[in-house]
Amino acid sequence: MSGALFAVTPDRLSLDDVVQAVGGHDEDPTQPAGAVTSFLGLVRRENLGKRVLRLEYESYEPLALKAFERIAAEAHHRWPDVRVAVHHRLGTLRVGEASVAIAAAAPHRGEAFAACHYAIERVKQIAPIWKHEFFEGGDVWIEGAVANPDDDTAREAAYQRVSRTCE
Amino acid sequence: MRVTVRLFARLRDITGTGELTRELPAGATAALLWDTLAKDYADLDSYREAVSTAVNAEYSKMSHPLADGDEVAFLPPVSGG
Repeated sequence: MSGALFAVTPDRLSLDDVVQAVGGHDEDPTQPAGAVTSFLGLVRRENLGKRVLRLEYESYEPLALKAFERIAAEAHHRWPDVRVAVHHRLGTLRVGEASVAIAAAAPHRGEAFAACHYAIERVKQIAPIWKHEFFEGGDVWIEGAVANPDDDTAREAAYQRVSRTCE
Repeated sequence: MRVTVRLFARLRDITGTGELTRELPAGATAALLWDTLAKDYADLDSYREAVSTAVNAEYSKMSHPLADGDEVAFLPPVSGG
């Protein structure tokens, strides 16, 4: 998995893997990245006022990988020189463990931050992945966005969130 | 024709299985398949407007015509990240 741009895996995630996947440690002078940004999503101790015990993630794996590819292609379309890697964890996660790792490489920090932020916003919108939250006193499937990759409004909303913080 | 249905998260809990098969008339769409499932499992009905569809691991529309051997996935609202 360490060299893959896109992965869904029961194994613990490593920021180093996604950074390496986008070439952040690459000495190749033909593709110099001036900046690599990364994002790590962690399991929170509390959600909506409840104490979280664990999360169980599942996915439709072949479609999840295609969704990640699509997200990276969208980012590449917005910021032509970026490369994006997305790894998502599956199975049982304890509080504090990483559920998603993303890295973006670009010639300059602006595009790298923007592409990384855009990628996590889109993962939340269109990746076929679900979390089952087990908290003190019960459990619930978390249901967020209705996944529709062709929904321009959602895509634009993701882009607007990025624009507000990064550019 | 015969298709395989994949169900995830709460949809899997409702039906009690992540995978099942259905016989459908020629020319059936994913929407017709959903309706036959919702007849068997009434709790699916509340997802009618909130479910996404994939045919052979590609996002598709409910109006997508199905073919024998297709794998049709019904996806409740997602919560990755």
